[in-house]
Amino acid sequence: MSKVTSVTGSAVPVRGDDIDTDRIIPARYLKEITFSRMGDYPFFDERFNADGSKKPHPFNEERFQGATILLGNVNFGCGSSREHAPQALARWDNPKQPGIKAVVAESFAEIFAGNCVMLGIPAVTASKDEVAALMALAEQDPKTSFTLDLQSMTLTAGGKSVKVALPDSRRKALMEGTWDSTGLLQANADKVAALAKGLAYVSGYK
Amino acid sequence: MAKGTLYNKVWDAHAVAQLPTGQTQLFIGLHLIHEVTSPQAFDMLRERGQSVAYPDRTFATMDHIVPTTTRARPFADAQAEQMMQAIERNAKEFKVNFFNFETGRQGVVHIIGPELGLTQPGMTIACGDSHTSTHGAFGSLAFGIGTSQVRDVLATQCLAMDPMKVRRIEVEGPLNPGVTPKDVILYIINRLGVKGGIGYAYEYAGSVFDSMTMEGRMTVCNMSIEGGARAGYVNPDQTTFAYLKGREHSPAGPAWDKAVQVWSSFASDKGAVYDDVVRFRAADIEPMVTWGVTPAQSVAVGQPLPDPAAVADAGERGSIETAYRHMKLKPGQTLGEVKVDVAFIGSCTNGRIEDLRAAAAVAKGRRVDSRVKAFVVPGSMQVKVQAEKEGLHEVFKAAGFEWREAGCSMCLAMNPDQLVGDQISASSSNRNFIGRQGSSTGRTLLMSPAMVAAAAISGHVADVRTLA
Repeated sequence: MSKVTSVTGSAVPVRGDDIDTDRIIPARYLKEITFSRMGDYPFFDERFNADGSKKPHPFNEERFQGATILLGNVNFGCGSSREHAPQALARWDNPKQPGIKAVVAESFAEIFAGNCVMLGIPAVTASKDEVAALMALAEQDPKTSFTLDLQSMTLTAGGKSVKVALPDSRRKALMEGTWDSTGLLQANADKVAALAKGLAYVSGYK
Repeated sequence: MAKGTLYNKVWDAHAVAQLPTGQTQLFIGLHLIHEVTSPQAFDMLRERGQSVAYPDRTFATMDHIVPTTTRARPFADAQAEQMMQAIERNAKEFKVNFFNFETGRQGVVHIIGPELGLTQPGMTIACGDSHTSTHGAFGSLAFGIGTSQVRDVLATQCLAMDPMKVRRIEVEGPLNPGVTPKDVILYIINRLGVKGGIGYAYEYAGSVFDSMTMEGRMTVCNMSIEGGARAGYVNPDQTTFAYLKGREHSPAGPAWDKAVQVWSSFASDKGAVYDDVVRFRAADIEPMVTWGVTPAQSVAVGQPLPDPAAVADAGERGSIETAYRHMKLKPGQTLGEVKVDVAFIGSCTNGRIEDLRAAAAVAKGRRVDSRVKAFVVPGSMQVKVQAEKEGLHEVFKAAGFEWREAGCSMCLAMNPDQLVGDQISASSSNRNFIGRQGSSTGRTLLMSPAMVAAAAISGHVADVRTLA
């Protein structure tokens, strides 16, 4: 598993509070038994009319193609626990598009942020004013290179650096390359068996 | 930091180890899975050559994509059929318990866990579905997870978790007539906001919850996530135990007494310490209806819709403006003017027998308005059987409601039950998000099952307390 210590790339702002995971990926695209095509669907209903024509949305704008950092506002990713949402962002797909590798927002819904880290995607927070300034910067000059550095916990762009926050445990999991937690959990299999044995409901309340 | 709460006790009893990341390795007592968020997790196990560590602690069913008009296989929707075949194959290959149609126990995963007695106090419960918080009604610590975490639970029966904070929400006093558990939780979310619960487990306490049925407590805990709280719970008491007694997977015989003793010990101590406490008066709560695109955007029925100009926070104001644009409503309007096209009674929030009884009591002897498509989707096959035993299906059908098979249905519209164009639904479900009910321009008004029935009959939003 790779260590995630920094992400560098251009940024795409997706404005608005309470952007839920149904908006990030509508439920009808969850009817697939693999994640492989999720990159076709991020913000689908906000990007396309029923006849396939495009609506105005940052993910449709030429200037934001190739962005790897998504900038959001408050409570980003609320609602459904569907991992399809970060999968769709990470696989956001067109010939020029490497996918979203980090998300910076004022705040995140808990399950979404957890799902991001399970995929090796840092979901970090910054203050309202700083997010506003970062969004303005990305819109004024979409070619601006942003660098999220988990060592210094900063996001640097346009010669300015802002502090970002991420729970220590998630930062550690990303930086040490243990964000896919199965291995860590399996290492304690004996302890798991011992604990289970002591649980009243496991032993049938005898 | 919270101390002596049910959350603390359940967490401590299930903490296996501290991981190198600083997270807690938490044992999961009950793992529920469904067809939409599990196939990729099983594929990951296959790719890694792993098996399910504790197959007897995982229970599978299908709910999200199943049609509610027919059980005939193969399903008309090839993708849905493929999902069905995947869960059938995975349950068999990995030897996990499986409640398919043939068992008579299929249903919405959060309805069947409790009704089968699988959900018990003092347990940790996880499921790849955000409404897993429902099971907290029994005094368990229950929360939704993503598919990679489903993989972790399958492979290890554990999750890597960061601790939560605990907010006690007290609601005291008698509820006004016509006010249901759905109204209580919509009111709480309205007051605390959709993000107010981030990082918290909600403990619901006070006389309103003490005197609430298990069905009602499930409705409340179910929507904790709509307030941002990943988990919500009610301390176990005699109501809890009475509900569980005699259920298929409940302990029986001498084990019952021991179980009650163990379960009781998990309840929050009298002197428990909370990270936060908020109090509401039951008398202030009236039947609630959402008008916007988040579950917090609601009003007491009959009240005018809010003025965005009065909201100081720019982000929140933006959310409200988005809501007005999508809903095609105006500040100051009252919802009684709003005609509904569809009425949906069902979901993990309000698809239990008590919900159907409440809706049937309103429907009885009345007729659904001719321009409304109204349908009732029982939460499980067992709920359906019970409702039919009580004759509720005849009441609904006589009133002009369609009577369907069990599933999630139009809560998230992954099956053929979907809004068309900008239709407006009165819905007993949990989310009014843009596009949630199958049409990107569709509009959802969340309310209690009795209020949905009242809207179906009136043809517009109506106060169930004054229904003619």
